Amino acid sequence: MLNLVGLILLFPLIGAAINGLLGKRLKKDTVGYIACGAIGLSFFIAILVFCGLVLLPPEARLFEKQLFNWIESGSFKAAAGLQVDPLSSLMILVVTGVGFLIHIYSIGYMHEDKGYHRYFCYLNLFTFSMLLLVLGNNFLLMFIGWEAVGLCSYLLIGFWFEKKSASDAAKKAFIVNRVGDFGFALGIMLIFLTFHTIDFTEVFHAASEGGFAVGNFTITIITLLLFMGATGKSAQIPLYTWLPDAMEGPTPVSALIHAATMVTAGVYMIARCNVLYMLSPFTMTVVAGIGAVTALFAASIGLVQNDIKRVLAYSTISQLGYMFLACGVGAFSAGVFHLMTHAFFKALLFLGSGSVIHALSGEQDMRKMGGLKQHIPVTYKTFLIGTVAIAGIPPFAGFFSKDEILLESLVHGNFVYWSIAALAAFFTAFYMFRLLFMTFHGKSRVDHHVMEHLHESPKNMTMPLMILAGLSFCGGFLGLPGASAIDSFLSPVFGGHGHAEISMSGAAVHQSEGHPYLMMVISTAIAVAGIGLAYQMYVKKPELPQKLAGQYRLIYKILLNKYYIDEIYNALFVNSVKKGSLLLWKRVDAMMIDGSVNGVARLVGWFGNILRYLQTGYVRNYAFYIVLGCIFIMALAAFGR
Amino acid sequence: MEVYLFYIVATIAVCTGVYLIFEKNPVFSALYLIQTMVCIAVLYILLEAQFIAAVQMIVYAGAIMVLFLFVIMLLNLNIGQEKKDALPYQKIPAILIGIALFAVLCIVLKSKLLQGKQGEYTTAYINNVGNTKLLGNLLFTDYLLPFEITSVLLFVAAIGAIMLAKRKI
Amino acid sequence: MITITHYLVLSAILFTLGVIGVLIRRNAIVIFMCVELMLNAVNLSFVAFAHYLNSMQGQLFVFFTMTVAAAEAAVGLAIIVALFRNKETVNIDDMNIMKW
Repeated sequence: MLNLVGLILLFPLIGAAINGLLGKRLKKDTVGYIACGAIGLSFFIAILVFCGLVLLPPEARLFEKQLFNWIESGSFKAAAGLQVDPLSSLMILVVTGVGFLIHIYSIGYMHEDKGYHRYFCYLNLFTFSMLLLVLGNNFLLMFIGWEAVGLCSYLLIGFWFEKKSASDAAKKAFIVNRVGDFGFALGIMLIFLTFHTIDFTEVFHAASEGGFAVGNFTITIITLLLFMGATGKSAQIPLYTWLPDAMEGPTPVSALIHAATMVTAGVYMIARCNVLYMLSPFTMTVVAGIGAVTALFAASIGLVQNDIKRVLAYSTISQLGYMFLACGVGAFSAGVFHLMTHAFFKALLFLGSGSVIHALSGEQDMRKMGGLKQHIPVTYKTFLIGTVAIAGIPPFAGFFSKDEILLESLVHGNFVYWSIAALAAFFTAFYMFRLLFMTFHGKSRVDHHVMEHLHESPKNMTMPLMILAGLSFCGGFLGLPGASAIDSFLSPVFGGHGHAEISMSGAAVHQSEGHPYLMMVISTAIAVAGIGLAYQMYVKKPELPQKLAGQYRLIYKILLNKYYIDEIYNALFVNSVKKGSLLLWKRVDAMMIDGSVNGVARLVGWFGNILRYLQTGYVRNYAFYIVLGCIFIMALAAFGR
Repeated sequence: MEVYLFYIVATIAVCTGVYLIFEKNPVFSALYLIQTMVCIAVLYILLEAQFIAAVQMIVYAGAIMVLFLFVIMLLNLNIGQEKKDALPYQKIPAILIGIALFAVLCIVLKSKLLQGKQGEYTTAYINNVGNTKLLGNLLFTDYLLPFEITSVLLFVAAIGAIMLAKRKI
Repeated sequence: MITITHYLVLSAILFTLGVIGVLIRRNAIVIFMCVELMLNAVNLSFVAFAHYLNSMQGQLFVFFTMTVAAAEAAVGLAIIVALFRNKETVNIDDMNIMKW
């Protein structure tokens, strides 16, 4: 069954090819069936592969399938090979499973769009790229997938490219990612220089057996460079700014790419390279630090945003920060676990918000919503489950994964990480319920003529919502504390340090390990406090937020404007680059390069202009030159020797 | 006797050559050229090339030069036909490089570049067999192919001349 | 005694005269005659060599040269006639479009 792994990649690619090349001539229904069928088949094969892997004994759960020799140049070899191990099998399940649901949802959501086939072509292509990213057995193949998902992300963010803001957002996402990818590519090159191979198995074997001391300088540089790529793709500080803008794309795209799968590529990559990361405590500290700060930072921005998708975008950044925090303290399996549960509930939330937007004919501003509970009940119920899951109320999925991260950050990290993460969790609970209350509860602030068209979404949109709600509800049971199925499943990949032994600071509070249940209570209490505050502010006293905003005007303004990070980046990087480019264009390109090229041409022209006076057109003149030449040649013959 | 003859004939040839190039009237130029050719024919006889001398007289001085004269008269070119010189500055340099050319030619003649193997057709042998017979033998044996090709060349030239001279091409 | 050098120098003089003629004359027919003069000069040196080297090749070559000269004269004069018909002149300075 493991041999079928190639088919997982093949189906989406074929789907993309058919829809991309022939989609214009096909009927809309056919396009949808092809796209969904491709992913569905892919999902089915993924399940088969997963079962095949589970049937193997835990130590033997590594399967590599060499497809062909891709590049061979000197000592550089890159094979096109696929690797199935617990980590990648989990990822392909998430990607194809969530992807399948979102494809189905898209049929309903995108039905009126004229770029229907284009959309599904991109979506299939994205799935293919993402699967390539997680299945590749070497860094280069992973990089190809990495870049390809970036491309698909660009295409899909700019899907409505007639809108200036959409095409701008697409460009921003692409360019910001380029910064990270630059580091990633450098990291891969450095890996090749250090290990003389880019194959995962060989690199990790060499890293663990090759006598690299913990804290080895080269490894630290490699891991930092790889992490740079991860900050770009997974929207961490300082490269997160593209993700909120990416909400310009269609909502299912936001759900699939910018919440569930692509943005988790960075987490996947770090989990994949855990051997390298474990060798560099410094990088681990950086990863954990950036993860924690991002979690809090993005959550604080999310508190005051009014665009429903933007709140979810900042929430995504924040949750990704959690995952990095988990990886940074060595709890890779906790990170991957959260990745999975997050994929469920964040996809659910995005699709739910898409359903809301759909019902309101494209309205995204939460201030113009409210009281939608009765009008779109299915969306409301599923959305509620997603919100509860992300807020971390037991026994929903988010609770277990987030709780595990909190616990690990305290046990293997330190109190600072824990407190930042806990504060971020409080914020999360608050802004998610603020979103819920503003959208579904209270008095309706919807426009009248929008109100007339208010309708529940069709079946093919609500079905995925319900399935995802179910997953958000029970997904957490895979990682029950103490008897975590996911931990033991992933442990071969993480070489037994799914719960890392290293501790960043000596202050690891080991006694608290005895009190995981106490921690559960604390984190639940934090979530409940957040929910309660949101209830107070947005249901009981709806005038309170206004008053608070008035009182703490400065803080409110800063948060509302996202800490002015975009403006700072614009001033610092974009403008300086623009100015530099302008200088290069005007001075270097237009004056020096064009000048020299044109100058050469002009010189030749000038010279030719002089020489053309030799060309009189008089035959006698030419004869004169001929005779001169003859004399010269004869003189050469006579005197030449 | 031969020496005197050579010098006299050579002097006439050079003089007529000079007249040829400086004569204004093209008809006279043609006549001077005929004289030069006759002189050269005389020199051929001095060099024991009787057949060539005869051909020189018949073909060159006779046929070709008559053709020239015909054309000159056909086109009715008189003195004064030549308008203002468009390249007045070329006259002196032309004569100068003519002299230079002559100098270089003399240097080449003096150098050891011009050396050849002695052949077997001694003057005595040629006189014994006969110059024309020897040439004919060679032309129809060793040089048959070039000879035949020459006929083709002449044929083509004849057709070409007719084509070019036609009023409406 | 007349040596080969006498003939060769005479040949060179005639050749040079032909060259000068080509360079300074403007009448196409005269230039053409100068070319004939150059051919004759070369023919003379061929025959001289043939005589002094006891060889027949020189004379043979002159024979072929004459043939070519005859063909050339026929074609060349035809061209001149055609030119005259087009331009009403045989002054080659009027035919100066061979430039730029």
